[in-house]
Amino acid sequence: MVLNNIEALIEKYNNAETTLKEEAQLKTYFASDNVEPHLEHYKPMFQYFSQSKQEQYTKDVPLNTKKKTRLYQWISVAAVAVLMLGFFIPNWNSGSKTLADYSPEEQQMYIEAKQALAMLSNNFNDGASSLNALSLASENFNVGIEKTSHVKEFSKTTNRLLKN
Amino acid sequence: MKQADFVSLVMPFKDKVFRLAKRLLVSREEAEDATQEILLKLWKNKQKISEYKNVEAFSMTMTKNFCLDRLKSKQAQNLKIVHSNYTDNNSSLQKQVEARDSMGWVSKIMEDLPEQQKIIVQLRDIEEYDFAEISKMLDMNETAIRVSLSRARKTIREKLTNTHRYGIK
Repeated sequence: MVLNNIEALIEKYNNAETTLKEEAQLKTYFASDNVEPHLEHYKPMFQYFSQSKQEQYTKDVPLNTKKKTRLYQWISVAAVAVLMLGFFIPNWNSGSKTLADYSPEEQQMYIEAKQALAMLSNNFNDGASSLNALSLASENFNVGIEKTSHVKEFSKTTNRLLKN
Repeated sequence: MKQADFVSLVMPFKDKVFRLAKRLLVSREEAEDATQEILLKLWKNKQKISEYKNVEAFSMTMTKNFCLDRLKSKQAQNLKIVHSNYTDNNSSLQKQVEARDSMGWVSKIMEDLPEQQKIIVQLRDIEEYDFAEISKMLDMNETAIRVSLSRARKTIREKLTNTHRYGIK
């Protein structure tokens, strides 16, 4: 009875007319030990099907890493933005402003400072020119020293004459 | 959709995706890469995932298309050597074991089936989907699937009977 049933099922199975339930029935039959000898060659097939279903995907699903790399990208973008700001902000303050942009008081102060500095440099120049007179004097000194050396020579010779 | 939701959604069928990929690509590494690719694709489109009626069927279709593309590009680039390299290596390691193991015969026989039949046998006999689901996944009508499945089963039976009776491989 059981055997007839199984044979009929196999016939249906080969024509792909079995339902999932009937296929499950076949699988359990072939998983058992008392399989009829003339049906023995079907055994590996059904066992293989059941066994293949056990195989699993063991690798991790790499969802975390994906997110992290995104974060790093944004950090680098932010770093570049900060760097650019660092370059541009100082330029933008001093480069584009002219004297007219400042308040009148500041302008006044600027002019005063300019005048004071001009005066200072004038005085420096005066000082430098008066130093020229000093260098002239030192030249005269040198001339005088040369002349005294003449006098020394003269006194030497007179001393020799007196000794003789 | 948070990561935990996604993982719990994907968990039940990620093994099925992997097994289908392995059936088509043969090599375990290739199949792992393919599975990863599919899962990442799903993750990237996680906003749209709620719009899909059946995420599992959708993923299986994606897997099928992805693997067939892989195989096609391999053949086009003449990279088949890599593939046969793998099987060659594998058989040398496992030949003795498989010679005694009749389960190995079935796997070999299935490798020789045309891709369409491989997919159908995988989905029907191993993953136990019903015909309506398979027809959605493969975009084929049910009778075509039945015909193809019947052919595949008969081929497997015939080859297996030969091996069983005469030891022909």
